[in-house]
Order: sequence, then C-alpha cells, then structure tokens
Amino acid sequence: MSQPKTKKETEDLLELYRQMLLIRRFEEASAKAYSMGKIGGFCHLYIGQEAVGVGAISALEQKDYIVSTYRDHGHALARGLEPKSLMAELYGKKTGIVSGNGGSMHFFDKKKNFMGGHGIVGGHISLAAGIAYASKYREDGAVTLCFFGEGAANIGSFHEGMNLAAIWKLPLVMICENNHYAMGTPEYRALSVKDVSVRATAYDIARDHIEGDEVRKVRDHVKVAVERARRGEGPTLMEISTYRFRGHSMSDPAKYRTKEELDKYKQGDPLIKAEKDLLSAGWAQEELTKMDETILKTVEESVDFAEKSEEPPLGWLYKHVYAENV
Amino acid sequence: MAVLTYREALNRAMTEEMEKDPNIFLMGEEVGHYEGAYKVSQGMLAKFGEKRVIDTPISENGFAGVGIGAAMVGLRPIIEFMTWNFSLVAIDQIINSAAKMNYMSAGQFPIPIVFRGAGGAGGRLAAQHSQSFESWYAHIPGLKVLAPYTPADAYGLLKTSIRDNNPTIFIESEVLYGSKGEVPEGEFLIPMGKSDIKREGTQLTIISWSRALMYVLPAAEKLAKEGISVEVLDLRSIRPLDEEGILASVRKTNKVLIVEEGWNVAGFGAQVAYLIQKEAFDYLDSPIERITQEDVPMPYAANLEKSSLPSEEKIIKKVREMIQ
Repeated sequence: MSQPKTKKETEDLLELYRQMLLIRRFEEASAKAYSMGKIGGFCHLYIGQEAVGVGAISALEQKDYIVSTYRDHGHALARGLEPKSLMAELYGKKTGIVSGNGGSMHFFDKKKNFMGGHGIVGGHISLAAGIAYASKYREDGAVTLCFFGEGAANIGSFHEGMNLAAIWKLPLVMICENNHYAMGTPEYRALSVKDVSVRATAYDIARDHIEGDEVRKVRDHVKVAVERARRGEGPTLMEISTYRFRGHSMSDPAKYRTKEELDKYKQGDPLIKAEKDLLSAGWAQEELTKMDETILKTVEESVDFAEKSEEPPLGWLYKHVYAENV
Repeated sequence: MAVLTYREALNRAMTEEMEKDPNIFLMGEEVGHYEGAYKVSQGMLAKFGEKRVIDTPISENGFAGVGIGAAMVGLRPIIEFMTWNFSLVAIDQIINSAAKMNYMSAGQFPIPIVFRGAGGAGGRLAAQHSQSFESWYAHIPGLKVLAPYTPADAYGLLKTSIRDNNPTIFIESEVLYGSKGEVPEGEFLIPMGKSDIKREGTQLTIISWSRALMYVLPAAEKLAKEGISVEVLDLRSIRPLDEEGILASVRKTNKVLIVEEGWNVAGFGAQVAYLIQKEAFDYLDSPIERITQEDVPMPYAANLEKSSLPSEEKIIKKVREMIQ
C-alpha cells in the first residue's frame, strides 16, 4: 500500500498512527515500571506488532467482539480501553480494569466487548468460537475477532475451534500474529508449515496471508474477512506476519536471535512506515511531534494514576470467586 | 407421586428449564439425533430442534470452550460429556477458563454453564472409562460440584444448576441411569450445599454420595437387623459442602465412616474427615474411617473390579469393627 492520497486517507492514517504511538509509548512506560519493580508477573510487550492490532481492530464495529492473548496490552488500547485503568491493572491497583484481579495477561472490558486476555496459549480460540456461536444463535450480526500467536497454531484448541467454526459457519476471524518465535522457539522448529493460514485449507475455510507492517493494509484485509463473516459465509484464518522488538516477556533477554535480525525487522517498524507516509503526504513533522507529546502526557498521567491508586482492599480476596445468583 | 428413572428425571429437568429460557441450549456428542449416549436427552431434539440441541464432533476441549465462550455473552449452555472420562481433554477449559473467568474479570464475565454427564465406576469398562472425578473438580475454586443419587435429587439439583450463574460440574452415575425413584409432581428445586439424611440412625454416621450409596443403604439395612443403627448422610453437593449437616450428624452418632467410589489419596473424603476432626473432635468416640476405591486403575476382570470397589460386605465389616 502506498502513501495516502486524499485528505481523508491521510487523516485516517493519522488516527491509526496515533493509536499505534499510544501503544508504543504505553508499553515503553510499562517496561520502565516493570524494571523498577512496580509491575509484577510476566509482562509481554507488543512493541513492533502495533500495526496488526490497530489495523485489525479498526476494521470492527462496536458490537463486534475481540478475544486476545496474554500479549493483550496493544489490543486493549486499540479497542479504546482506558490507558489509566490498564496501567493501574499492571500495578495491581483497585482502579485497574479488573480491580487488580488479572494483571498483564487478563484485561477484560465488557462495555467494549473486549473479551479478555487469556494466559493459556491457544486455549482462548475455542472460547472465541463460542462467542461467535452465540452471535449466530442470537442473530445479532456481530463478528468475533480472535488473536493468537503462531505458537498457538499447534495446539488442540486451535484445530478444534477451527473445525467447529467451519462446520457451523461461525462469524469468526482468526488472526495468527506470527512474530516468528514462540517464546524462544523459532517457527521453523515448531510449525509443519511456513504459513499458518494454509491450515485453513484442511478445514475448507477462507484464508489470507499478509505482512503486518502497514496498518491500513492490515485493516483492509481484515475488513474483507470481517465482512465475509458478517454475511454468514463463515470463518477466516489469517496469518499476519510481524515481529516483536522485545523478548517474549520482560524477563526474556532474547538471546536466541541475532542483532542483525532484529535490526532488519526494525527497518520495517510499522510506526516509522506510517510516519514516513504521513510526512510524504504533506503532514508536518511538528504536528507529529505534538501528537507524540500529547500521548506521552496521557501515558505519564496513567502512570501517575496507577502510582497514586490504592491497592485492592484485603476484603476483596474472595470477591468474585463465585458470581451471585440473583 | 410419579416414579421416574434417573435419566427421565434429568431429561425432565432440562426440558422444563429449556421451555422457560431460550438462552439455554444442550450441546455434546450424540445428544441430538442419537438422543444421548445414555438416552438422557431422549426426545429433546424433536422438541427443541437443532438450534438448541446440538450434536458436536468428538472434540471435548473445543465444545467445552464454545460453551464457555457462549456463556461469556449471556447464553446458558448445558454441555454434556458422554462420560466424565472424556472431560480430561477439556480440563484446561473447565479449570483455566470456566472456573476463573468471573474472578479474572472482576465479576464482568460470570459463566452460567452446566457440564454434565456420566461418571463413576461400572460395567467392566476398565481403567480409562471407569473412574470418579468429584475430588478433582471439587479442588477448584470457582466450580460447584454435584453428584446426586436419587432421581428426585437429580431433578431438583439439575434445575438449580441450570439456574446458577456459576460453572457447575454435575456428575451423574452411569450405573444409576435406569434406577427408579419417586419424584414429586410439579416443579421443585433442591439447593446446593444441602445434604440429605437418606436414613436416620443413632450409633454411626456413614457419609457418602452418588453410586456408593447403592452399597451403603443395603448395608445399613442389614446392620439394623443386627441391632446397629446407622445414619446415612448423602452429601449430594460436594462443593458447596453442607458442613453443618455433616457436623450435626456426627454430634448425634459420634462415629463416622466415609464411603466413596473415588480413590483414597487426596480423595474428597479426606477433606470431610479434616472438617470433622477440626470442628467436632470432642464428639468423636473413634477414629474416622474411610472406604474407597482401591488405589489402582480400574481392572477389567469382573472379580478384580468388584474387589477394588466399596461393597456391602466391606461396609458391614468396617461398621461392626467400629461399633465394638
């Protein structure tokens, strides 16, 4: 996809760029907070993959559902979840998106149909099929978008979920964000195929495969799959090739890959690409810098909010183990 | 009062609930066209159609997940496992998704789902098809675990489970499906966490549940003829547990035998025994005893299978020892 041509296209890209930049800055701040011991557990950053989440989610309507993985910060921000409550969740505070019950891997927001970050690799794929199943059952016209990594494409839930979605023609779009490493295992040592989307052929469903470095391209391709699902023509399996610039999580120094490889992929940084396109479409550098400053301020405010928020009261320990029957 | 089989009682409970609430559907292997591997869903496809009585391929992990996902957005699935033995390939979904979703989401996503199907030992089905999982699921916060013995309990507890807003593990006994019992006319619900005294007695309490009561109740009758008065407490609800009901019986009889079809090590009876020694130690006149399935995978040979399970003889012998 080349640079935007019309004013509308440019403004469109600008908004997508803003979302990607928010993710980048938010994650940089969370990496810093993690290093300072403010954030516990695992913290899987999305830096480098922003064009996938932002592009894909921008193809959805508000009534559509998103099911995410343990690497859910980017997807949550792209869906418009409040940075303050996400940062507070990372800090384990009562003001967090799930009151400190979930942490990094378990963001949920019912109001935004954000159906969770899920920590078991691939386990969430059949849940996504279930949400799509409910849409078909109720005929509500919603589509479910499910993200997963290429590591998840080898587990049973992926295959069972795909088969069930196929036989029942569920409104499901499955997006494999192939960042080429399942923790430290490169894809060629784990996958029987070079392109995960070819597995769609075994289930006789639609497939697509693209590079994930251009946000508008991602959005356009995902839109095709979303519309297909909405028309009742069943699920799509997409592979969107991408790269994480950091390790698997904050505790991973990523020594299994070379600096040359990382540098090569950094040249395809989706933010730099979008920025270049905006500049050549005539957008002023100062405007972009101003946008960055505003975003940095938002992120700083979210850190400040998280810092100042209280921990959940100990009396909440047993809250929500069981739902009340009313 | 109508006499129904255990399977008819379950069928009636599901049918009545589905008539009331269009959000409820039944999903599983062979539940529709085949009308249930154990015929529990007989007639339901004809009544509710393929939209609400859904046959699945063999893929427990997948359709358990589908049920949980559907429950996240407000449907109320009943997921049938042809047998609980097959639930093991879905256990990740049951534990990591169903049981924890409400907690992880701070109450945003309750999971009103019932997982039900045939459990327990029986029929010379050998090691992979003949085992009890009450203890496994009772271990997990976020789940409720039920194991009814009579058709009336099966009816009343299944209705309660379907209306509950939490994931419920409803373990039926495959040996009991054809057993008959009186089920009161009209609708009734049985609350979870309420045990039932199936037989009153004064000298010793036998605590048990599900199919093990098939051995316990006749044993208690025979012991009565010897002049030994045994109280039989049917837990019915494993989690939540009727602690007060258990303790009240123990305070009355002062002796306890726990009979379960599951294995001994980390078995649920051990949890019950802990409760009793902690809360009613001063009321005990003898150590708490347990009779369980032997600590082996289920053998196929008829004599070995029989010898590995609780039995009337084992119970009578143990009670006699405890009463002396």
